[in-house]
Amino acid sequence: MRNRLWVVMVGLLSAALFPVDPFAQNRSTQTWPQPVPARAPIAEKDKKPAPRRSLVGMWGAIAGNRQATNQSSGVQLKPNNGRPENQLPYTPYGLQLYKSHKGLEGIDAVPQAETNDPRVRCEPLGVPRHNHYDLGIQIFQDEYKVAMLYQYDNRWRVIWTDGRPLPKLVDGGVEIDAEFRERRWFGYSVGKWVDDYTLEVQTVGTMPEDRVWLDNTGRPISDQLRITETFRRLDYDDLEWSETIEDPKVYTRPWQTMKMPLALQDPRTDIMTRYCSPVEIEAYNKAYGDPVSAK
Amino acid sequence: MRVRQVMVFVTAIGLLMSVPLVAHHSATTLYTQKTVTLKGIVKTWRWSNPHCLLTFDVKGEDGQVVQWLAETQAPNTVYTEGYRPNSFKPDDEITVTMRPAANGRPYGLLTQAVLADGTKLGSEEGARGRGAAAQ
Repeated sequence: MRNRLWVVMVGLLSAALFPVDPFAQNRSTQTWPQPVPARAPIAEKDKKPAPRRSLVGMWGAIAGNRQATNQSSGVQLKPNNGRPENQLPYTPYGLQLYKSHKGLEGIDAVPQAETNDPRVRCEPLGVPRHNHYDLGIQIFQDEYKVAMLYQYDNRWRVIWTDGRPLPKLVDGGVEIDAEFRERRWFGYSVGKWVDDYTLEVQTVGTMPEDRVWLDNTGRPISDQLRITETFRRLDYDDLEWSETIEDPKVYTRPWQTMKMPLALQDPRTDIMTRYCSPVEIEAYNKAYGDPVSAK
Repeated sequence: MRVRQVMVFVTAIGLLMSVPLVAHHSATTLYTQKTVTLKGIVKTWRWSNPHCLLTFDVKGEDGQVVQWLAETQAPNTVYTEGYRPNSFKPDDEITVTMRPAANGRPYGLLTQAVLADGTKLGSEEGARGRGAAAQ
């Protein structure tokens, strides 16, 4: 009985002093792990509770669900495939904008030579399109902010969690303390923990409709866009990232674009870069893109 | 019941495979749905964004040599299919399976490459999925 008590005490002490970290077996990494997220799904029995108020980690697609994170055919919950359930509530102006966009994906896709997708010119995707393209993110945070590092084109974004208010959305930009500020590719984001495992993020002040698209299929957004994201830490290894957009200039009502499951990846992954290089794009189009899409 | 579960699983996998991966452009309109397999000699292999490009010569039955150019997805996607920056070098003998361009020109979407030593890169199934109609 006494021995058993000792075992329990030593066990508890060990757990307190050396918390379990699934990647801690080898702090001095002896080699370079594969440069792509490749962690196998975690068995239910091995799942651990989520840490409190933390999104820190490298997050990637659930194994076998990679196509969802790419959202090539349009945002995850509304792929642009012509099905009635995926029709969007366009305003007349929104529909006019959509028709002026010549995307390379979706039901109205055009050949390479006819596209006017800003991405093909290596323009920054901005938010929310960065949330809809070749996902894989790394998140760091401190007591003031959450920083999101996007895999595609090595971009990063800051979400302020220190209590500052969301700027007021005005024509052509935002207003902060009665001062006019410019629009930004990633807008102005503030986040609030609604409980210990859920961060709600509001974003305004994004780029106008002639600079950014919502997704690969040319769905539009305007500078009157308001984005609401929810990051819900389901457990230690699973994160659910939801997004709803409200844009009265383009859509008659708010609608949900994604509810993306992400899995915690090996933090030692030195991920492959995927820059959009104008030189490489030009070389690709000259050698391949133009001739393959010629009539 | 078990058979039904397996069927549902197989159907789900099939659906997953039929969704395009990272696509710079829509393969639905650019390529035919059929695949062809050609034996050839590597000229160049370009490991770059937005897509990797493989140039190879194919000698026809009439003795004429046609230069083909096949693309894969971006390096960060095809890495998981076995491709590497040095997967091919000039004069390598290869067997290439691809979906040819719909316009009849010697271009195609690379689905699988087999090296002279039998090493297989990519998969026919995976690449069929790359070009399938959007969900």
